Amino acid sequence: MTVSPSAFIRGTGSLLAGLGVTIRAMFQPVVTCQYPRQLLNISPRFRGHTKLLADRENPGKNGCIACGICAKNCPSGSISNIEGEKREGEKRKTATSYTLDYTTCSQCGICVESCPSDCLAFSADFNAAGYKKEDFHYDLVKEFEKRKKTS
Amino acid sequence: MEQIGNMIGWETVKMIVGLVGVLAFVVFNALILTWAERKVAGHMQRRIGPKEVGPYGLIQPIADALKLLGKEILTPRGVDKPLYYLAPMIIFVPVLVSFIVIPFSASLQVMDINVGILVILAFSSLSVFSILMAGWGSNNKYALIGAIRSIAQNIAYEIPLLLALLSIIMMTNSFSLKTIVEAQKGLWFVVYQPLAFLIYFIAAVAETNRTPFDLPEAESELVAGYHTEYSGMRFALFFLAEYTNVFIVSAIAVTFFLGGYQGPFLPGIVWFLLKSYLLVFVIMWLRWTYPRVRFDQLLNISWKALIPLAFINLLVTGGLLKL
Repeated sequence: MTVSPSAFIRGTGSLLAGLGVTIRAMFQPVVTCQYPRQLLNISPRFRGHTKLLADRENPGKNGCIACGICAKNCPSGSISNIEGEKREGEKRKTATSYTLDYTTCSQCGICVESCPSDCLAFSADFNAAGYKKEDFHYDLVKEFEKRKKTS
Repeated sequence: MEQIGNMIGWETVKMIVGLVGVLAFVVFNALILTWAERKVAGHMQRRIGPKEVGPYGLIQPIADALKLLGKEILTPRGVDKPLYYLAPMIIFVPVLVSFIVIPFSASLQVMDINVGILVILAFSSLSVFSILMAGWGSNNKYALIGAIRSIAQNIAYEIPLLLALLSIIMMTNSFSLKTIVEAQKGLWFVVYQPLAFLIYFIAAVAETNRTPFDLPEAESELVAGYHTEYSGMRFALFFLAEYTNVFIVSAIAVTFFLGGYQGPFLPGIVWFLLKSYLLVFVIMWLRWTYPRVRFDQLLNISWKALIPLAFINLLVTGGLLKL
């Protein structure tokens, strides 16, 4: 191990510079997000499970007309059980049930794109958890009603 | 009280009280240091560190201790039982003995032995012995490699450590820690002996097996080195010994180079702890700044740089003292 004096001085300098970096970092604010206590802002293009949007003319009810195009287009066959009823004084049907099997959904977005009434969108729900498969079979109509109540 | 004192002698009573005090301090110190280490590590990486248990995570070390107490103490098949069982106990002995001679303040010292520093250095070499026992007794190749590295490292770094301290001993003509502290009434010895301080400090970091010299327990290569096979409280004893050693080397550095318990305004014990924990912080700071050195580099630093430098320093000190 032969070290020239200049290399020794350079080495010592770099060691001290390293110490400077860490001590400065110590007094700078932390950059981590304390997850369960704090949440980051979710990007608007985030793809969670799909959700039903409200009807444009009548925000009180969901906009799904129970046409079943999304179910037919779904490459994974995750959408099923679409039923609707025609209400008094309305031209189109309104969905009464819409089941999304989130365990097989690949968030490809074909249903969102193909929806003729533009009533499907991605939710920002990123921390779904459950004990069994059936916990992820969402009835989107019920979810819509629940969201309406809480908002 | 008087009668008990007369029966077994005041020295004995003092020793027992001192030992209990030392034990309490050792545990408290380790608890604080594990918390501090995680906080320092966190903030140096711009994280927070422990924060959930208690205010600022202060109760976290107690939670960890309880967890370790509750864990099963495993004894793997094929271990060399006497060695395996004795190693964590033996590593703890030198740690306790060292505290007896450290002067925390002018009056707070269990015993002022006139060969104080020799006691500390002699006993701290015991911990290498315990590491070898742990490594060999575990019957595990990682543990053995860790132990072998540790021995090579400790032998290499004990010499510059001793030589650096020897230059101070030459200046004071005493092995007693108290005399050495009293000799620093005017100027601290770090002013006279900056090189010795630096050599001592580098060697001390290596002696305590801490990064950048943590090859014996290099977690990325050797799992955990010599304590790979230990669990529960046996592992906790190794951990306790490591953190106490960090404090002891800092305390010796303070005693020899930074004026010990002496300082203006505040009482001696406060000064002593303040300086010691400042050095402990520096050791943590080094850990979270530098990567681990390679093994050949580790030995080269000691044999080819620190030892010759320490000898030169000793020669110059001796020469100047003679003048």
